[in-house]
Amino acid sequence: MSSASNANSSSGIRGAAVRFEHVQKSYDGEVLVVKDLNLNIAPGEFVTMLGPSGSGKTTCLMMLAGFEPATHGEIFLNDKPINNVPPRKRGIGMVFQNYALFPHMSVAENLAFPLEIRKMGKSERDAKVKRALDMVELGAFGNRRPAQLSGGQQQRVAVARALVFDPDLVLMDEPLGALDKQLREQMQYEIKHIHESLGVSVVYVTHDQTEALTMSDRVAVFQDGVIQQLSSPDALYESPQNSFVAQFIGENNKLSGVVTDINNDICSMTLDDGTKVQSQAVNIGDVGSRSTLSLRPERIELEPTEQRDNMVPGVVKEVLYLGDHLRIVMAVAGNDEFIVKVPNGGRSTIPVEGNTYNLGWSAEDAKALDPVN
Amino acid sequence: MKFTAGLASAFALSAVAMVATAADELPACEDCADQMTIVSWGGAYSNSQLQAYHNPYSEMTGVEIVNDESSAEAVAKLRAMNEANNVTWDVVDVVAADAMRLCDEGLAMEIDADTQLAAAPDGTPASEDFGDLLVSDCFIPQIVYSTTLGYRTDVAEWNGAVPSDVCAVFDTETFPGKRSLEKRPINNVEWALLCDGVAKEDVYDVLSTDEGVAQALAKLDTIRDDVIWWSAGAETPQLLADSEALLGSTYNGRFFSLIEEQKQPVAMLWDAQVFDLDGWIIPTGLDEARTARALHYVKFATDTQRLADQSKYISYGPARASSAPLVGKHAELGIDMAPHMPTDPNNAKNTFLYNYEWWADNRDDLDAKFQTWLSQ
Amino acid sequence: MTASTALDSNTSELAQGAPLTTKDGQPLKRSLGRALRREKIRALFLILPLLAFVLITFIFPIGDMLFRSVENSIVEKTLPGTVVALQDWDSESDEVPGERVFSALADDMMLAQELKIHTRIGTRINYDQPGISSVFRKSGRRIKRLDSDASKDAFIALNAAWGTPDAWTTLTSSAQWPESFPQTAIAFDNWKAWLASEEGDDIDPSTQVPYGFTYANLFHDLSSMENGALNNLAKSSDSAIASLFAGVPDAIDNFPTDDFKGQFADIEKGWVNIQNWQAIKRLSPAFTDSYFLAAVDSERTEAGVQQKPANERFYVTLFVRTIVLSIVITLACILLGYPIAYLLATLSVRSSNLILILVLLPFWTSLLVRTSSWKVLLQQQGVINDLLVWIGLVADDGRLVMINNMTGTIIAMTHILLPFMILPLYSVMKTISPSYMRAAKSMGASDTLAFWRIYFPNTIAGIGAGSILVFILAIGYYITPALVGGTKGVFISNQIAYHISSSLNWGLAAALGTILLVLVLALYWTYDRIVGIDNVKLG
Repeated sequence: MSSASNANSSSGIRGAAVRFEHVQKSYDGEVLVVKDLNLNIAPGEFVTMLGPSGSGKTTCLMMLAGFEPATHGEIFLNDKPINNVPPRKRGIGMVFQNYALFPHMSVAENLAFPLEIRKMGKSERDAKVKRALDMVELGAFGNRRPAQLSGGQQQRVAVARALVFDPDLVLMDEPLGALDKQLREQMQYEIKHIHESLGVSVVYVTHDQTEALTMSDRVAVFQDGVIQQLSSPDALYESPQNSFVAQFIGENNKLSGVVTDINNDICSMTLDDGTKVQSQAVNIGDVGSRSTLSLRPERIELEPTEQRDNMVPGVVKEVLYLGDHLRIVMAVAGNDEFIVKVPNGGRSTIPVEGNTYNLGWSAEDAKALDPVN
Repeated sequence: MKFTAGLASAFALSAVAMVATAADELPACEDCADQMTIVSWGGAYSNSQLQAYHNPYSEMTGVEIVNDESSAEAVAKLRAMNEANNVTWDVVDVVAADAMRLCDEGLAMEIDADTQLAAAPDGTPASEDFGDLLVSDCFIPQIVYSTTLGYRTDVAEWNGAVPSDVCAVFDTETFPGKRSLEKRPINNVEWALLCDGVAKEDVYDVLSTDEGVAQALAKLDTIRDDVIWWSAGAETPQLLADSEALLGSTYNGRFFSLIEEQKQPVAMLWDAQVFDLDGWIIPTGLDEARTARALHYVKFATDTQRLADQSKYISYGPARASSAPLVGKHAELGIDMAPHMPTDPNNAKNTFLYNYEWWADNRDDLDAKFQTWLSQ
Repeated sequence: MTASTALDSNTSELAQGAPLTTKDGQPLKRSLGRALRREKIRALFLILPLLAFVLITFIFPIGDMLFRSVENSIVEKTLPGTVVALQDWDSESDEVPGERVFSALADDMMLAQELKIHTRIGTRINYDQPGISSVFRKSGRRIKRLDSDASKDAFIALNAAWGTPDAWTTLTSSAQWPESFPQTAIAFDNWKAWLASEEGDDIDPSTQVPYGFTYANLFHDLSSMENGALNNLAKSSDSAIASLFAGVPDAIDNFPTDDFKGQFADIEKGWVNIQNWQAIKRLSPAFTDSYFLAAVDSERTEAGVQQKPANERFYVTLFVRTIVLSIVITLACILLGYPIAYLLATLSVRSSNLILILVLLPFWTSLLVRTSSWKVLLQQQGVINDLLVWIGLVADDGRLVMINNMTGTIIAMTHILLPFMILPLYSVMKTISPSYMRAAKSMGASDTLAFWRIYFPNTIAGIGAGSILVFILAIGYYITPALVGGTKGVFISNQIAYHISSSLNWGLAAALGTILLVLVLALYWTYDRIVGIDNVKLG
C-alpha cells in the first residue's frame, strides 16, 4: 500500500493533505457504520471512495466535511486535527449529489455566495465568478436560475461553485449519479481535467466502478465500514486483495478448491470437482486450507494453440455476440456460470452450444484469494 | 301532612278543571295539518315546554311535533325563509322584542287574543288576562322572566356589606371587584339612570334626549374598568362560580339553578328587576291547514292551566294573571316555585317594565352609541 | 358535434396562411383544434358540478349581497304616491309638506296597512331616522278611522255623476289619463289593490266607486293644474269628460279638504317633524348610498354627506381594529408556526406525525370546549394567573387581564389559526433539501447567515400562503372574538352578524360585508404587486 501518489510529483500543487486515524462512526450506538478507518490522502491527490450503498463511504465524506461528528478517532487536514472545527471553517469545497444549487439565486449569485461570505470586493468577485463559469463553459448563463438549466449544466455550476473560492480540498458526493451515460462520461473527463489543471485534492464518492477507475489516482473500496483495498486503479484490477474487490471491480470468475502445494508465489489447488490447477498465491492459508480462485474472463483462451499453465475443458451453454467480442457462458469445473470473453478477430469460429472446448490460462492470471482455514 | 293533602286536592281540582277546559273550549281541529314544527331555545327551557305543552298536546290530538332549537336565530331565519317563500316553521318561541320586529316586518301573523285564545277559567277574556303583556299584535306571551342581579355571599373585601339594591353595581367603593353586565345597552342604561337619580317613570323620557344618553353612559363610565361584558346568559353564573366576577346580571332562571340546584354561595336581588317576556308567534306564509294547526296548538298551550304547568319545570312566571294561583312545586326539586317567580308579589315590589315601543324605535341608534362608548 | 363544427370554421378563418393539412385534406390547425376541444369539453364536464356549486353558493350570494347594500325600492313601492307628491316639496324649506303630500300619504298608508307592510317601511326608514318606526306603527291602526270623504262629497255635490263607477271609467279611458293626473293614477291603482285585498279577486273594480282618499288625490291633481289645463278638460271635445268636469274649474277653489295633515299630526306628532319628512324624501330613490355611508360612520343630511356625531362613530374604528388585529394574529402565527413547521420538516416521520396531531388538535375540539378552556386558563382567577401568583411573578391583587380584551382575541385566534400557517409552511419546508444548508455552510456561511440567506428565502412562498390563509380567515372570524374579545377585541364581522341576525338591517350588513370584501381584495392586490401571487405555494 503506497502512500505516495503520482500526482504529488507533478507541478503546481496546492492541494491539502487529509489523514483519518482510527476513525469510527456509529449513529445508534449499536452498529458501527465505519470501523477503524485509516487513510492518508496526499496533497493534490484524487481519491475515490467506492462501494455499494451502506458501505460507509458517504459517512466518511460527511465526517470529513464536518456534517457528521466522528464517534472515535481523529481526522487531520494538513496535519491539523479538525474534529472540533465547524464545517464553515474547514474551507472545503463540496459538490452534492443533487447539486444543492440555491433555487432562489441566479447562477452567478450562487457562485458569488461563498465569495461574499469571504467579504470579497464586488469587482474581484465578479471576475472570479466569470472565470469559474468560463472554466465550466457556462459564461453566458450567469443570469439564469438553476431551474432553467439542464442537468449537465447544473452539475457544472455545482462544480464551479465548489471551486470558486479556491479551496484546497473538494469533496464530491456521487455528483454524476443523476446524469445519463453519455453526459456522465463527458463530465468524468471534464472533472478529471479540472482536477489536473488546478491541482486541488479531491475526495470523490461513487458506487460506479468505471467512474472510479477512469478518474482516480487511488481508489478506496469500501465494504461493511472497512476499506477492503486502497490502490491505484490498475492494481485494483490486476491484483485484487480479496474476492469482494475482484468481484466488485470488473468481471470475475470464481472457482473454489483446496490448496495442495505452495511454491513461492505459485500454488497448486485441487478444485471441488477434482480438477488440478496452478495459480498465483496472493492471499492464502496453509496447505490443505480452502481458497477461492479469481479469474478475469478476458484472460482465458479458448482452444489455446500453445500449451498453457492450466488446461481445463468446458461445455458451452450460451454464446452472446457483442460485436467487438464474444461472451460465452460455460460450465467449467463445477461453475455453471463461467464467463469467457473472446476477442472478435474475424477469423475465429463461433463456438457451438453444447460442445466441449479446451480453455487455457496462465498461472499468473489466476489469483488465489480468501483463505478459509 | 295537612299541607300536602291540601296541595294534592288542589292538584286534583286543577286536573279536573283542566280536563273540563280541554273538553269545553278546545274542540278538535278540523282540516288541520297533522304534523308541526315548533321552534324554541333548547335546554331546560325547551324541556319545560315539552313536559307542559308538547306531550299533552300530542297525546290529546295525535299530532307529531318536531322540535327545532333555533330561537336564537329565529328572526334572521324567518326572514330568509319568507324571502325564499318556504316557511318550514309553524310556531316559534321568541322574546317580545323579536316578536315586535317580526310583526313589523310582516313575518308574523296578527292574532286576536279574545277570539283566538282561550279565556281564563272564570271567563275573563284573554286580552284582560294577559293585560299589558300583549305588547305586539302578533305575540302571545308565555312567560315573564326578568333580568336581575346576583352576587357572591363570601366576599371578604366587602367587609360584611351586602348588596340591597341594583345600585350596588355602581358602588365600587362598598363592593369592589368585577361585575358582569350584558353587552348591550338595554337594561344597563335604564339602571344607570335609575342609580343616577332619575325617577323610574322618567327614564325613557330622559333617554330620548342626547343628554340623557350621555348621562347614562357617563354613569356606566364610572365602572367601565370593572365590568366583564357578557353576551350569553350562561356566562354570569359561570363567572360568579369562578369568582371571576363578584356580582352580575343575568336571567332569574339562571340564578335559580345556580343557587337552588348547584348550591353556589350566591344570592340574588329582585330589586329593579327588568321584566321581559317570551312567547309564541306564528309565521306568515303558512297554508290554511298549517295555520289552523298552529292556532289550535297556541290556544291550547297558552291557556291558564298549561302556563301554570310550565312553572313546575322552570322558574319563570306564567304570563296570565289567572295562572299565578295555580303555580305549584318544582317537579324534581320539590321546591315551592311561587317565591321564585319574578311575578310573585314579594319579588315584584320594585320592578322595571321595559318599554318595547321605545326600544324598537331607538335600539339601532342606542346600540351605535353604546358600541362606540365600549370601544373608546 | 354541430356546435363544434361551427366553431371549427371560426378557428380555421383565424388561422390565416396555414397551408399545412392532414392527410385527408383538413387544415392541420382545425384538426388539432378539434382534438383539443374534445379534451376541453371533457375537462369542462369534470368541473361542471363544482362550477355550478360555486355559482349557486358563492357568486350568486355575493352578487345578492352587493345588490342589497344599495337596493332601496321599498320606499318607492310602499309609498308611491307620497314619493311622487314629495318631488315638488323643497326639503330645505322650514315647512313640513302640505296637504297634497299628506293626502297621498293617507292613500298610500291605507293600502299599506291593508297589506300589513306599513311597519316594514317604518323599520327601514328608522335605520336612518331613529324614532320613525313607531310613527308608522302607531298610524297603521288608525288610518281607517281618518275622515276622508270631504273631497268625495264635494265632487258628488257638484255633479252626482262623480258618485258612480262610470265617472272613473270615463276618466281612466280619457286621453289625459294618466299624464295629467299623476297622483290620482297612483291612488286609483292603490285603491284597486286595496279592493282586491279586502274583498277578494272576484270583485270587478269597474263596478265600484273608490273611497275618499282617491278623490282627495284627484282634488289635489286638479287644483295644482294650470288654469288653462283645467278649463280644457271642462271644454274637452270628449263630451263625457266635458260633462264630468263641467263646473269644476269654478268650484275647485272652494272645495273643502279633510285636513289630513292635521289628522296625522293628531295621530303622531312625528308626522309634522320636518326631519322625518327629509328622511323620507332622501330615501325615495330606488338605490341609496345610505348603507355605505352608515358603514363608514357618515350620513347624508340636508347639508350633504357628513361624519356622524363622535358618539356614534365606530365602524371605521372596528374596520381598522379588525385589520390590525388580523395582521398581529398573522404575525403571531408566523412567529409561533415557523419553528414548529421546521421541526416537523426535519424530524423523523414518527415524531413529526405526533407533532402534526398536536398541531391539528384545535380542529378536532369543538369551538365551545376550546373557548371554555381558554377562559379557564386565561381568566384572572384562572390557571395561568394562579401559576404566576404562586411563582411570585405577579402579586395576588395585580393579576393579569388576559381575556375579554384584545389579548384574549389574539391568543385564542392565533391558537385556532396556527394550523393554517403551519401546514403550508411545513409542506414547503419539506421540499427544501437539507443539502442547501450544508452547501451554504461548506462555503463558509455561519448557521445564522445560512438560515437567512438560503433557508428563509426558500420558505417565503410558504409564509405567503400561510399568511394569506390566516389573514383572510382571521378578518372574517366572529364567534371567537365575540366569546373572548370582551369589548376591545371584537371584529367588524361581529357587527355584521348582529345586523344579520338581530337588527335585521341586512342592507347595512351587506354594505359592511362589501367593504370588508373590497378591503381583502385590495390587500390581495397589494400582496400580488409586492410579493407576487405566483410565489405562493401550498405544497
